[in-house]
Amino acid sequence: MDTHIASQINSLLAALILLTAFGLVVQRRMNALLHLFAWQGFLLAVSTAIVGYVGGAHDLYISSILTLSMKVVLLPYILHKLIVKLKIHKEVETVVNIPTTMLMGIILVIFSYHLTAPIRELSTLVTRSTLAVALATVMLGFLMMITRKHAVTQIIGFLAMENGLLFAATSATYGMPLVVELGVALDLLIAAFIFGMFFFHISTTFDSLDVDQMARLKEED
Amino acid sequence: MNIHPLIVEITQIAVLLVAAPLFTGWVKMVKCWFQGRTSPSLFQPYRDIRKLLAKDVTLAENASWIFRFTPYLVFGVSIMAGGIIPILSMDLPLSATADVIALVALFAIARFFTALAGMDIGTAFGGMGSSREMTIASLAEPAMLMAVFAVSLVSRSTSLSQMALVVSQGHAMLRPSLVFALLAFILIALAETGRVPVDNPATHLELTMIHEAMILEYSGRHLALIEWASMMKLFLFTTLGIASFFPWGIARNDDLVAVLAAIPVLLFKLGIVGVGLVLIETGLAKMRIFRITEFLGSAFLFATLGMLSFFMLE
Repeated sequence: MDTHIASQINSLLAALILLTAFGLVVQRRMNALLHLFAWQGFLLAVSTAIVGYVGGAHDLYISSILTLSMKVVLLPYILHKLIVKLKIHKEVETVVNIPTTMLMGIILVIFSYHLTAPIRELSTLVTRSTLAVALATVMLGFLMMITRKHAVTQIIGFLAMENGLLFAATSATYGMPLVVELGVALDLLIAAFIFGMFFFHISTTFDSLDVDQMARLKEED
Repeated sequence: MNIHPLIVEITQIAVLLVAAPLFTGWVKMVKCWFQGRTSPSLFQPYRDIRKLLAKDVTLAENASWIFRFTPYLVFGVSIMAGGIIPILSMDLPLSATADVIALVALFAIARFFTALAGMDIGTAFGGMGSSREMTIASLAEPAMLMAVFAVSLVSRSTSLSQMALVVSQGHAMLRPSLVFALLAFILIALAETGRVPVDNPATHLELTMIHEAMILEYSGRHLALIEWASMMKLFLFTTLGIASFFPWGIARNDDLVAVLAAIPVLLFKLGIVGVGLVLIETGLAKMRIFRITEFLGSAFLFATLGMLSFFMLE
């Protein structure tokens, strides 16, 4: 596999990751969201492995396996259990005006393209062109956290942001040091458990995972 | 051996006229197989057209010239579009006269007059169909142009022949912009040709029909021309997709052998597209009309992402 083909495949994977990021932003159903999130993780793992192969950075393989086990299997599984347990697996979330959200997403992509344009000029890596996509994925995860009302979808947005960061790291610098990645993975796992506990408390207190309900927490004046 | 480009042009239009009902028949046949029904013959659309041509035209008393003129205009526009799109050969004399933007405009003219004709008689269904059609058009056309621009960015030209030529030469298989543009194009083509998630071509159920509602008042040879034109529209969108994304097998010059060889390749591709279309149509339910904004919005999203990824990733 020569560098040219590899960079083409990587571009295609980047495009697909961007597509899943948009899918996450506009998808209404919980289970479909989890599937999309798992697919994004899978694409990320493949992309990381390819970058590791081309760049000769073999510790990226470990990072790829870590992504595969965490983001494709473990986290979606935990979230799925959570959704079934909290009986929200059939829930269809009301999102405010999907076409508008899409347009905002497009603007974010253009913004991140302009933001990363100087870095593209400086970098010499084969993966430099995917940096804009990585930043856009982070932004789209952010957008998802802002536009969604449901706590679980906000967490998925947060995890998608983390995917974007990992993608940015592999495409800009051939990956973070392994120690950092291991730390991040562990953090995510623990975060998932803590989120789970929070969800239980929120849903037992408010009978709903809609974070708008938390406005009730403030004192009357 | 080279043949005169005009002959190629005429052959192509003949293929369009003959193969369009055949393709519609094929789609119906495969659909019947998938749904476990006995299918009508592959040549049923020809028979329908012949029957309609033989019948008398019944005109409403208050029908104006627009109503009588529209079938001929729609039919003529479809034939003109068939002269522009590289169906068999990329070396077409007419392709220099109109690029892909003009092609979108041609389809828009046909749609505009169909909508006018729908309102001309003054029945409730005609007006309803026209208003729905224009709603869909206002969403589909920008997306269509964006998808086309994504392909023309890759080929650096808006001429359809040039686009097909560049894609067929190119190392273009893995280009993300083309993948996005293809996704967008499929969604738009489904909406434009009135297939299942947007409109049901087989329905005459009053509240859900869109295209059928507009042409409800037509009869006889007028209806034959309009039905034929809508079959041609499905055929044209399919060949447009083939020419822009899978142009392998289309003759690059007017060599007799190449043009003749292009015909079986075209039929093969049409067969596959027909099966794909049926899979989409049987797998999906028709959408609520207010969901169409989202459907075509995502087509616009894909097309824009295609354009952006040309700049970002290529």
